[in-house]
Amino acid sequence: MDSLLNSNRPPVFCPGCSHEQVLHALDQALLRMGFSGKDIVMVSDIGCSGLFDTFFNTHAFHGLHGRALTYATGIKMARPDLKVVVTMGDGGLGIGGAHVLSSCRRNIDLTLLVLNNFNYGMTGGQCSSTTPQDAQVGSGFLNKLEKPIDICQVAGAAGAAYVDRISTYDKGLVDGLEAALSFDGFSLLDIWGICPGRYTRRNKITPKNIETDLAKLPGLADYKISNARPEYGRAYRQEAAKLVPAGEPVRIEKSCTAPQSGRMEVVVLGSAGQRIITAGELLCLAGAAAGCHAAQKSDYPITVMRGHSVTDIIISDTEIEYTGIQNPSVVIALAPEGVNRRKKMLAHLAPEALVIKASGIELPSCQASIIEIDCKAEKIKSQDWALVALAVLAQQNKVLTMDMLKAALQLRFKAGQYETAIAMLEKAVVSLGNT
Amino acid sequence: MGLTLMEGNEAIGWGAMAAGCNFFAGYPITPATTIYNTMLELLPPKGGVCLQGEDEIASIGFCLGASMSGMKAMTATSGPGISLYSEQISFAIGSEIPLVIVDVQRLGPSTGSATKGADGDIQFLQWSNSGGLPVIVLAPVDVKDCYTLTMQAFNLAEQYRCPVFVAANKEVSMTRETIDLDALDLPQTIDRRTAAADRPFLPFGVHEDQLVPDFLPIGGERLVRQTSSTHGTDGYITTDPEQIGAIQQRLDDKLRRNIASFTYYDEYQVPGAETLVITYGVTARAAMTAVKKVQHTNAKASLLVLKTLWPVPEQLILEKAASYRRVVVAEMNLGQYVRELQRVLTDKKIDFIGQMNGELIKPGQIQEVIQHG
Repeated sequence: MDSLLNSNRPPVFCPGCSHEQVLHALDQALLRMGFSGKDIVMVSDIGCSGLFDTFFNTHAFHGLHGRALTYATGIKMARPDLKVVVTMGDGGLGIGGAHVLSSCRRNIDLTLLVLNNFNYGMTGGQCSSTTPQDAQVGSGFLNKLEKPIDICQVAGAAGAAYVDRISTYDKGLVDGLEAALSFDGFSLLDIWGICPGRYTRRNKITPKNIETDLAKLPGLADYKISNARPEYGRAYRQEAAKLVPAGEPVRIEKSCTAPQSGRMEVVVLGSAGQRIITAGELLCLAGAAAGCHAAQKSDYPITVMRGHSVTDIIISDTEIEYTGIQNPSVVIALAPEGVNRRKKMLAHLAPEALVIKASGIELPSCQASIIEIDCKAEKIKSQDWALVALAVLAQQNKVLTMDMLKAALQLRFKAGQYETAIAMLEKAVVSLGNT
Repeated sequence: MGLTLMEGNEAIGWGAMAAGCNFFAGYPITPATTIYNTMLELLPPKGGVCLQGEDEIASIGFCLGASMSGMKAMTATSGPGISLYSEQISFAIGSEIPLVIVDVQRLGPSTGSATKGADGDIQFLQWSNSGGLPVIVLAPVDVKDCYTLTMQAFNLAEQYRCPVFVAANKEVSMTRETIDLDALDLPQTIDRRTAAADRPFLPFGVHEDQLVPDFLPIGGERLVRQTSSTHGTDGYITTDPEQIGAIQQRLDDKLRRNIASFTYYDEYQVPGAETLVITYGVTARAAMTAVKKVQHTNAKASLLVLKTLWPVPEQLILEKAASYRRVVVAEMNLGQYVRELQRVLTDKKIDFIGQMNGELIKPGQIQEVIQHG
């Protein structure tokens, strides 16, 4: 085989376009490396560089502007054995900047060829992220105001271990491409070239200028050393191999009986750090242990360890339809932050409702019966109040029983934790009962 | 036997695994983050891939690349992320890339309220693609649906080679519920049809009497071309109106002509009722309570819960509504799907109840409309 190019679709670029030279050089580099078409995926996006995949007789994936690296990453993770080559212009580079940076950081084994011709050729020669400030382009004065990017320095700073720049007209282009393609990890080759269709009409650019300009730019060799590290995909698979597959979801067998039938709604009002959500989960598990359906919704702010924490639980021996709280049977009020979220609900509690409240918590006047627990006086830690309130509720034989609570604790906590929790609860219930 | 306590989002993750999902990529966003968490726990230890993209565009892009390489891929986000997915969704539709997209809807517009539920993306999901081609949207009511509809979503994505949306809602996704996993009626897993080795292969070519092209993965023995641009059956750009028109028509036909095979719904029929409540998603739960509450009164109503929202299951809607004088539509927005029902049920009186304040529509509100219009 003497070419990987598509014999049915000969390259069509504007006369003198640098892309065509890169195309042939890439073909030679890939051939030299011994690849056949089925080993390679050409990934491209929009713009003249996006014609590359059409001209090669390889697997091809052509997508949206600037997003080529995203598809290439998915392909490489799915098929680590493939040689994935991404072509992108200076347009794709600008619009997909976040993907370029992340690919550098990730170090997944892709080769990104930036076909850098300093303007948007396909849409009329507007300025791109690499257009020099003194160039005359199709964006009026706008490019005067923006500094062009040196993608190699950016890529190096972002963690790319292989970064290099080369002129399309460099005799060593095939070697340069081969070196980039051979690199085990993310490699970026910034290939400077001339866009005769748009750019050279108003700008003096020659292979000689390009060579001179490239020579002025800072060296990149250090990145090979400072950014050297294992390839992402291989590292990913090594890390994943250490993990233990998750067990099947726990099935809770009915082991006890609920004290009431029908739908019971419980609302726990507290603050962050009081393990309100865990208490809600325990109540659901307790319900499930009694063969009941259970549902839990929680409300908390974005802050951790500050602000309200509210959880709504429904336990029912029939299927739970509406998951909103309509007529709570029990409210556990442990902190003003939570109480403030549900003042309206508290004021409308039914007479048969029960409120378990921590001492010192002020409630709007309501008709429900109230049990006050002075956890502070009993030196119970704030993080255990919600759990203690559940034990107090179980003592009342309302919504749950002590057996149900124990079953829930057994399901939720590890062996040591379980015994500690039970001991704490037994002590708390006795001491609270004495006050 | 026994109950499992599980969040809707976890059930989506387990449902995906049951359907054979082996690739997930996402970007954290409330209220969809716990799907990503679940996939991160489930996939890598089993040899699958779970990635966190640098943004939503990258996440769905990873999925498109992986899916074309033969993996069964899923991504999950919320409204702001669907907005960013938009161009990639159009790509998946036009270029027939199987993908499951979970939208855990939250109150919009825009960044809206991260922790408030809504069904505000229902029209957006259908029309967020450039070109306006049909998509499949399934809407779960509860944790059970999260599991089974996610499996169905994978099957449909594979079968029809298209993106399939699971239109969840914070109120379903972030609610923990008991579920009897062993009692679920699970569908058989369906995989995309691959091209037979002895038949000619064109990436977008269909054989007679088929509407969906055979699949071959990128990286196989036979070369595969994928492109987001307008293409002919060979995967190369074409400007031939005949070829273009034929492919666009097929993209429309492959879903619209097969709606009957993926029209999922639930119903609760009350004899003698003159009103039919039609709803979807979490609101179906309040509607069920409301309908049961009034079933022994004069103002009784039946209930139809749509689980396939797009393409609109017109046949089912016409059939189910035929014997009713009046239809009540309830949804967590200011009137989106009701437009479709008005379009289909031209001879019915349609009363609407919508709400967009971050709260669930209460059974009492639906009951009120059933009883008093």
